[in-house]
Amino acid sequence: MEDLTKKKTYVADVERTLYDIRDEDRSSYKTAKGLTEDIVRDISAKKEEPEWMLQKRLEALRIYHQMPMPTWGPDISALHMDDIVTYVRPDTKMTGNWKEVPKEIKDTFDRLGIPEAEKTSLAGVGAQYDSEVVYHSIQKELADQGVLYTDFETAVKEYPEIVQEYFMTLIPPTAHKFAALHGAVWSGGSFVYVPEGVHVDIPLQSYFRLNAAGAGQFEHTLIVCEKNSSLHFIEGCSAPKYNVTNLHAGAVELFVKEGARLRYSTIENWSRNMMNLNTKRSFVEKDGVIEWVSGSFGSHVSCLYPASVLHGENAKCEFTGVTFSAKGQDLDTGASVIMLAPHTSANINTRTISKSGGKATYRSAVKVAPAATGAKCLVNCESLMLDNDSRSDTLPVMDIQAADVEIGHEAKIGRISDEAIYYLTSRGIDEKEAQAMIVRGFVEPISKALPLEYAVEMNNLINLELEGTMG
Amino acid sequence: MADTLLEIKDLHAGVADKEILRGLDLTVRKGEVHVILGPNGSGKSTLMNVIMGHPKYQVLSGQVCFEGEDVTEEPTFERARKGIFLSFQTPEEIPGITVENMLRTARQAITGKRERIFGFRKELKAAMEGLQMDPSYAERYLNVGFSGGEKKRTEILQLLMLNPKLALLDETDSGLDVDAVQIVSNGVRQFHNENNACLIITHNTRILDKLRVDKVHVLLNGRIVEEGGPELVDVINREGFTHLQQKA
Repeated sequence: MEDLTKKKTYVADVERTLYDIRDEDRSSYKTAKGLTEDIVRDISAKKEEPEWMLQKRLEALRIYHQMPMPTWGPDISALHMDDIVTYVRPDTKMTGNWKEVPKEIKDTFDRLGIPEAEKTSLAGVGAQYDSEVVYHSIQKELADQGVLYTDFETAVKEYPEIVQEYFMTLIPPTAHKFAALHGAVWSGGSFVYVPEGVHVDIPLQSYFRLNAAGAGQFEHTLIVCEKNSSLHFIEGCSAPKYNVTNLHAGAVELFVKEGARLRYSTIENWSRNMMNLNTKRSFVEKDGVIEWVSGSFGSHVSCLYPASVLHGENAKCEFTGVTFSAKGQDLDTGASVIMLAPHTSANINTRTISKSGGKATYRSAVKVAPAATGAKCLVNCESLMLDNDSRSDTLPVMDIQAADVEIGHEAKIGRISDEAIYYLTSRGIDEKEAQAMIVRGFVEPISKALPLEYAVEMNNLINLELEGTMG
Repeated sequence: MADTLLEIKDLHAGVADKEILRGLDLTVRKGEVHVILGPNGSGKSTLMNVIMGHPKYQVLSGQVCFEGEDVTEEPTFERARKGIFLSFQTPEEIPGITVENMLRTARQAITGKRERIFGFRKELKAAMEGLQMDPSYAERYLNVGFSGGEKKRTEILQLLMLNPKLALLDETDSGLDVDAVQIVSNGVRQFHNENNACLIITHNTRILDKLRVDKVHVLLNGRIVEEGGPELVDVINREGFTHLQQKA
């Protein structure tokens, strides 16, 4: 009899050509390699920025040069900052009309399904091609309600008082070296402002993508939800594959005011050479709710730990995440919650999958400050390894300084059960499908939290990751 | 013979280096009900798993044939598609896969035809009613949080929905109260007809009350040591297995 247990543990790497679509380089402008003050001044001048933004960039640059590289987490020694072309500008102007977008760019977006996404009920699309937003639209009703939704460059020019109040206050350049880098060279990104009491019923979507070899992407997202407002913002990322190390160091700052509710969903699907060192933070006031839905696929290395500062009484955080690490990948993901006020609560629920030698680490930090009496925090992280070559680690840190709190932690690390596969195959389901069903079942709590088309996309990504010869 | 479903010839099988089945012959024909009796550790569950093709068990020599075809080397899913079904003694709990989803996927895999959601759902609901199952169980994850009795009922539900040619029932009645045995046994009777067969392992003869048993085999130390008609069940119930030990 053949040794089936051995056979089923091998799942070949996915054919990613569907996502790895590369156009010829059509950039009209590139910065010189390496990062100098001249480059930063140049970026700012090209964007025709006000002086205050230039000063913020230069301050961030000074901090960047002073800060050491982080010494914990995955190995990022392959990253040579001097080789990163930090800024690439596609040779098209901002446009709100799909017809005016150049054909190659359009073709790539078409294959990523963006116009379809918009047609099927999404409120607005801000698609980023390289570092500039090239396509942008927002439905009239939203504008009439006073909702501001623009690319970040426009926000700097048109809503400077809002941007100045919040920009890089939650993620200061001193947070870490890549936050400082981001502050110096940020480009592109989204700005959303939801006025008091306004409920945005349909999700807003933005799609980011990297195209030029050696180009980093440093988009900045700033969302402010005023008192008692609500919003669901979706960000999708996908990038074609290149053989030069690519860096992504975006920043996402979310402000949730009293009684407001913000859901921020992302599925990141980077090419296999990407260093994804992204920083996301939210600041939640009294009775506010932040919900994170985070899917991490692709990339060579990812460090992603969305943070929630629960500043006001009764503020809540729901974090749902899924990470899939395959051959050659080291994905270090998790969440961070800082509970500062009484009766704040957090619920962290994650699934990580590793296969073909991939490494997946769950890392979280929960801090309960002395003032946070009656706080509640539940952490549930589960890991599934599909073979014996893969690795999964769980590193939860908890720092509880308040009395009368309710803290729960549940971690499970497991392999795909041979008996479960046998059970399903005894019902006529072949091994490959049985395995896919089990993996889909494993992430079901996450796909349930996603809007339908994103759940479908995530299932497709999982199927692509699992695809290949099963022996 | 045209009506032979299962034919096992001089089967030696086991796990790792341990031989558990030591020369076993068994023939099951269409329309028949066979019962296998034997003490714990005699190899009953191993036999079921070897027929189903569990990758953990190695066939050392001999053959398992189904409808005249040698399936000894066939993977489990192919055997299932040919019409073999195993009702597990301890069914696996599989989170994230609903009973309905699993059954629809399985039936499509077996028949090779697409199942229409609404027709299938209607059929499933009717089958569940027959087994006195709460219809909400169709939407629950497979066996997760089910009681022992609910798991066994779900196995019989699968039997009815997948309608195999040969049903292997591994202690489907164990751990059930009187009423549950009744329901499960009604399900098996509903399944059974002249075109299919049942091979039943049991410690409890109540499941047999409603079935016409054709043959009884007594398994001891990996060999069939005694065979007979339904009357053998009563003999074993009265006298146990000790008097057969010297034959093993």
